[in-house]
Amino acid sequence: MTAPLLSVSHLSAVSTRDGEGAILRDVSLSVARGEVHGIVGESGAGKSTIVKAILGILPRGIRLTGGAIALEERDLLTLDPDKRRHVLGAEVALIPQDPLTALNPGRRIGAQLTDGMRLWRGLSGKAAENRALALLHDVQMREPARVMRAYPHELSGGMRQRVLIAAAFALDPKLVIADEPTTALDVTVQKQILRLIRSLQERHGTGVIFVTHNLGVVAQICDRATLLYMGRVMEQEATATLLERPRHPYTRALIAACPRYDRPGQDLAPIPPDVIAACRAEIASLDRDGASHG
Amino acid sequence: MAEASLDAPGAIAGSRHAGRNRIRALLAQPKVVFAGGFILILIVLAVFAPLIAPRDPLEQDLLAGTLPPMGFTGAEPGFLFGTDDLGRDVLSRLIFGTRIALIVAFVASALAALLGTLLGLLAGYFRGATDATVSRLVEIWMAFPPVLLSILVVAIMGAGVGSVIAAIAIIDWTRFARVVRAETMAQAQADYVVAARVLGFGRLAILFREVLPNVAPVLLVLLTLEMGIAVIVEAILSFVGLSVSSDTPTWGGMIAQGRQIIHQAWWVFAAPLAALFATVLAFNQVGDGLRRALDPVMQR
Repeated sequence: MTAPLLSVSHLSAVSTRDGEGAILRDVSLSVARGEVHGIVGESGAGKSTIVKAILGILPRGIRLTGGAIALEERDLLTLDPDKRRHVLGAEVALIPQDPLTALNPGRRIGAQLTDGMRLWRGLSGKAAENRALALLHDVQMREPARVMRAYPHELSGGMRQRVLIAAAFALDPKLVIADEPTTALDVTVQKQILRLIRSLQERHGTGVIFVTHNLGVVAQICDRATLLYMGRVMEQEATATLLERPRHPYTRALIAACPRYDRPGQDLAPIPPDVIAACRAEIASLDRDGASHG
Repeated sequence: MAEASLDAPGAIAGSRHAGRNRIRALLAQPKVVFAGGFILILIVLAVFAPLIAPRDPLEQDLLAGTLPPMGFTGAEPGFLFGTDDLGRDVLSRLIFGTRIALIVAFVASALAALLGTLLGLLAGYFRGATDATVSRLVEIWMAFPPVLLSILVVAIMGAGVGSVIAAIAIIDWTRFARVVRAETMAQAQADYVVAARVLGFGRLAILFREVLPNVAPVLLVLLTLEMGIAVIVEAILSFVGLSVSSDTPTWGGMIAQGRQIIHQAWWVFAAPLAALFATVLAFNQVGDGLRRALDPVMQR
């Protein structure tokens, strides 16, 4: 078996603010080429921390305490900073959560779309512009030439998200990290965006990490998924298995808590307190095990 | 591959020319047109002073001393705003006075802006020790009484336009540093700055390409307001005799001179005061208009 595109192994992180509280607990996951890997969890489960650790943009208050992150067997945590900047810039791309704030309000779309090409491909002028126009066409933008000259505030949220998707695929990256890219959009636009990411990903054979708290989104787009709770991996399975034959009680509770289109009007089930208590107990015991091993 | 586009025709809201829209928003305000027009007239007066001024501003005529302005008894034709106690034409002196006022307004505020912006950007973006140093410096600076500090600077450097400009820049950079620092801090947290970091841009590239353009509108407003302040500070320094030598007409110098003869010839005092007042008001109005035009929240 060949090495995965991205492998995160035994990653642990603590908050340096409130008394070294654990944020990630021994998280391992891997993404193969061409695979869409979902990271699912509630708020505060550590989804974004994993992403930020991969991208090297952890905020001041969070420190990694162990583990490794490797992109095609290059360890991102020990790579020399200049090389890492190049690897992350040219081979990894981010589709951010909020399209309304992820574009610079003071610069034209065209300039922002061609930034990466200028930096890593040495493309400029007409060549970069043509590439950008093709990218905008790929994300099904009408009048790409006008969009290039527009400022972000002239575009709708969905259009901006498509610009960001175009920008993410601009350098033909090996890995795209989508950090809840549909959360800020309304439901009809969400579906279009998911389809768009899936089709671009399939066409380019890109590996994707898809962060979300929505199991419905996982069902639509992910090949495999990692379910996080309190920074610990609860279950890691192919999507179909995870959703149809969940093994962990937390997964089952989470699935029951999702709205279902085939059962309209039904009340949503909150996650039962005993499941949460069981999860906490399990994590606490695993923490103790980890401590006794270390 | 004729994929259907996802957006309706004409989905791009607004015009393509955000810059042009802003200029339109600016010129739609009558006060900006009036105040801006006034400043333009001042610039023309300053540049072409020798051609426009009816007389030599230094020419003395003791027989024509303290002539009142036109319309008052005893006025003489040819002296629209009257003469001072040495018989010099007040209007001509006023016109030549715009030169110093505007040079100081533009150059000093530009220098103050440059210094303050640079320090504010660095403090706001790098934070930590850089921020602590700049912030303490600003606090210490602001504890000095500004007029006394400027008098000190000019006293050390010697009188002259250069010293006045230096004094204003040295004192007023803190205004820019504080605002730019706060604005930069806010910008540095923005998602697009994170995106630029992920893409691999260096810190300075991000600072000047991503952050500075978004700080620029605030900066422009501040710069315009600072011009008004610079005009006043120059007048104060002229008033206490620390600006240029007394044979160059300045508004502050005229005010100082007029104060001594205010009971015999009030117009020597009032004319430059009115010019000063109108100029500062004009700069402030343009600054306020710019703020309205550039602030997207206030436009709606």
